[in-house]
Amino acid sequence: MNLNESSVRQLATAIRQGDLAFQDCIDHFASVTKQLNPDINAFREFKFPTSPPAQSGPLAGIPIGIKDGICTENFKTAASSSMLAEYQAPYNASVIESLNAAGALCVGKTNMDEFAMGSSTENSFFGNTRNPWDQNRVPGGSSGGSAAAVAAGMVPLALGSDTGGSIRQPAAFCGITGLKPTYGLVSRLGLIAFASSLDQIGPMGRSAEDVAIMLNAIAGHDRDDSTSASYTPPDYTQSLEQDLNGIRVGVCKNELDDHVEPSVRNAVAQSIEVLKDLGAQIVDVELPHEKYAVAAYYIVAPCEASSNLSRYDGVRYTARSDSNQLADMYTKTRSQHFGPEVKRRILLGTYALSSGYYDQYYIKGSKVRRLIKQDFEKAFETVDLIAGPTTPTTAFEMGAKTTDPIQMYLADVFTVSANLAGIPAISIPCGFADGLPIGMQLQSPAFHESQLLNVAHRFQTATDWHLRRPNI
Amino acid sequence: MTKNADPVVIIGLEIHVQLQTQSKLFCGCSTKFGSQPNTQTCHVCTGQPGALPVLNRRALQLAIKTGLALNCQIERNTKWDRKNYFYPDLPKGYQISQFDRPICYDGKIELLDADRTPTGKFVRIERAHLEEDAGKSNHDESGQGRDSKIDLNRAGTPLLEIVTKPDLRSAVEARDFLNELKLILTFIEVSDCNMQQGNLRVDANVNVLVDVEKEIATPIVEVKNLNSFRAVERAIEYEVQRQVKLYDETGDTINDAPKQTRGWDDTKQKTTLQREKEDSADYRYFPDPDLVAITTADSTIERLQSEIGALPNDFREKLAGYGLSNYDADVLVRQGKPILTYFEDVDKVVKNPKMVCNWITQEVLRYLNETETEIANFSVTPNRLAELLGELSNKKLDQSRAKDVLAEMIKSNSDVSTAKQQLGIADVDQGEVRALCQKLIDENEPAVADIRSGNLKAIGSLIGQARNINPNVNPGDVRTTLLELLGI
Repeated sequence: MNLNESSVRQLATAIRQGDLAFQDCIDHFASVTKQLNPDINAFREFKFPTSPPAQSGPLAGIPIGIKDGICTENFKTAASSSMLAEYQAPYNASVIESLNAAGALCVGKTNMDEFAMGSSTENSFFGNTRNPWDQNRVPGGSSGGSAAAVAAGMVPLALGSDTGGSIRQPAAFCGITGLKPTYGLVSRLGLIAFASSLDQIGPMGRSAEDVAIMLNAIAGHDRDDSTSASYTPPDYTQSLEQDLNGIRVGVCKNELDDHVEPSVRNAVAQSIEVLKDLGAQIVDVELPHEKYAVAAYYIVAPCEASSNLSRYDGVRYTARSDSNQLADMYTKTRSQHFGPEVKRRILLGTYALSSGYYDQYYIKGSKVRRLIKQDFEKAFETVDLIAGPTTPTTAFEMGAKTTDPIQMYLADVFTVSANLAGIPAISIPCGFADGLPIGMQLQSPAFHESQLLNVAHRFQTATDWHLRRPNI
Repeated sequence: MTKNADPVVIIGLEIHVQLQTQSKLFCGCSTKFGSQPNTQTCHVCTGQPGALPVLNRRALQLAIKTGLALNCQIERNTKWDRKNYFYPDLPKGYQISQFDRPICYDGKIELLDADRTPTGKFVRIERAHLEEDAGKSNHDESGQGRDSKIDLNRAGTPLLEIVTKPDLRSAVEARDFLNELKLILTFIEVSDCNMQQGNLRVDANVNVLVDVEKEIATPIVEVKNLNSFRAVERAIEYEVQRQVKLYDETGDTINDAPKQTRGWDDTKQKTTLQREKEDSADYRYFPDPDLVAITTADSTIERLQSEIGALPNDFREKLAGYGLSNYDADVLVRQGKPILTYFEDVDKVVKNPKMVCNWITQEVLRYLNETETEIANFSVTPNRLAELLGELSNKKLDQSRAKDVLAEMIKSNSDVSTAKQQLGIADVDQGEVRALCQKLIDENEPAVADIRSGNLKAIGSLIGQARNINPNVNPGDVRTTLLELLGI
């Protein structure tokens, strides 16, 4: 069988039935990774096992890349920061335990923007990751390493985390499928926090079906995460084939206006036609507060980040810049070992939480967040899901936005709302422009992942965008 | 110049109480005191990346219980906030605390006067909130600039911070209030309040109204590092003097100078400046996104209310009902619940509260204090003491012999009859006493004559002789019998 073209289900079935040797599967992905990683730099660190004990479970024998912000006992966990460059976590994140239990093999840590802050994976202490479709371009971020690893065929699946689009935007840029689950569906225990009320771990793979299989393994209540939902997830692979007849797909006109690149606009419009052909009913919806989402996000997220990152102080497990004076040690350590984007967000958040500014910023941002949530609730009274572009552009060139943070932040314009509202959203390949992939985003009410995956899968049955491979 | 001879002292207290839980507030680590440094830690309380807090429900229950005992309102919808500041023994760079919705608020405790009679004057409790403790910094004190060491065993231990309104008016009142608070907390078993182990810590906010009419007050000073109630009392006394003197010298009022934090130096018996509030941190409180808001049901509060049982004032009333003076009742109540239970068990049998109270507050407590024994380990069970006091009541033993018997009971861990045997004390029957008295009358004619002539004092020498002959006779019995035989 052609392992490059095989789905996760095909690989797992072949291994289970003895048609594919466990070790041959591992060796295939190991050799792709060894060959391509020096150029792509998708993995910060990897180690494919030789002759591991046989696994059982739905992901038995499937190698998986893990975003570097997720704690692992078998690999260092640096969150791509100089601050944690040598950090060895004393425990596995809950998702790692879940993947192990499903038989998966965690084979390495993927590159990311430092502490998940960024949209291009250019903010990594361990260097840029290159987009497999065009190595002069960014893979998106912050889960750029995970997206590039899957797109380049190094691993069939990877874990990402999404705080404002960090799974979906790189999935769109790299032509893969990435799901940000409902807040609380997947345990955050062991995910290095960027903005706790927005962070969510999710699966990244080539197809909706692959992603559904991985979601099955990681979704579910975790009593050690107080924000984990008391919810028993269904089998996400069961409803993939359901008919789309009568399903109501909302389209928001603002998301297809002229600040979106024409090629993206056209691809998404055509894809909506595909959904219509599959039986969906297209309905106009409005999300009147979406235009404030980026502003609200860049208040709330940095506020939480400024506090979440206080623990990296040079005292315990982090890097330390020596000094005789405590305050000086703090200053030097944090000045030398945080990158510029992380420092920018810590400053933003510290300022916004300061006495006298709290109401004006944090409280106001939280209010806008509620309004955005209400927009979705209202929209979902008339539609089952909302379709639109994942990003306004295709992957941009390296360095194009590094000097202009605001332009960089605007790459998240369509993705941050789902985090603010806590709802699930998926990005699926829906076209190409100049050889670069385009992503379509589908958003649904909380805990409606089954429906998102169903629509995404049916779309992928009717199209072949997700099957295209970069020429590397 | 101070305008009034007796300036009014204004005191508010902040009390940190360590709640008596087995495990920490947000993780499963033990709260045991005195272990090797950093042996009671995990990824949560050392602030590892990715670690998440999970609330210890028991700590919340103990906080609610305390609030109920302090007559507080209970916040039905409480939440957690982060207090952000950098310190090496604060592993996350923030403390999980409660900012604007403390679990308990608007409570009060009644003060007692010198006779231990309720005064009708209350100290209001502004709030009581739950928070996690920091670790412990052990700084090098050799002067050789060695590294400081951090012990995180204490990090994450549940604390209840109780804040009073500035309702206290003297150092003595503050001490009395703290004694009463501590008594309540130990009665309801939410904390052992062991100050040596740091399980109860006090900060005092002190200033002085130097001119009551014109409402001129000195700047507020927060005094920290108060490790005993005695230190609280002394520090307040010192602060009042210092502030009045400073006001006389500078005329600085609350409007002229910022709030100061001063530390109490127990060796030098003075306070020293730690920092001015102006350079104090902006804690940037905001809701902790790792934790969810807590809703407390009425049924939970009712259940916790029923767990509280009798409070110190309930016992005071009850003991007053037994005929004890307020003072005696308070002496007993202040010994704490185990002694009160002991008292009640003894008195159930003896039914002479005054006598039982005296014996416990004098004989029993003296022994317990001298030997540093807990009442739970005291060999004289309530039944044994009741038996002893029974013999005292029906005159089988006199006061002094009863004390001897108690000492023997303690010494040999024995019951009353065994102790009496050990001491050679035997009950004497009435016939024996009669025969002995007749013998003394026959052999002591001059004394008998004295008695007959109306000099009843002479009877003392006969009683003395009787006790020499038979130490077990009851002097009262001998006297009655002698008079009866003599027909007087």
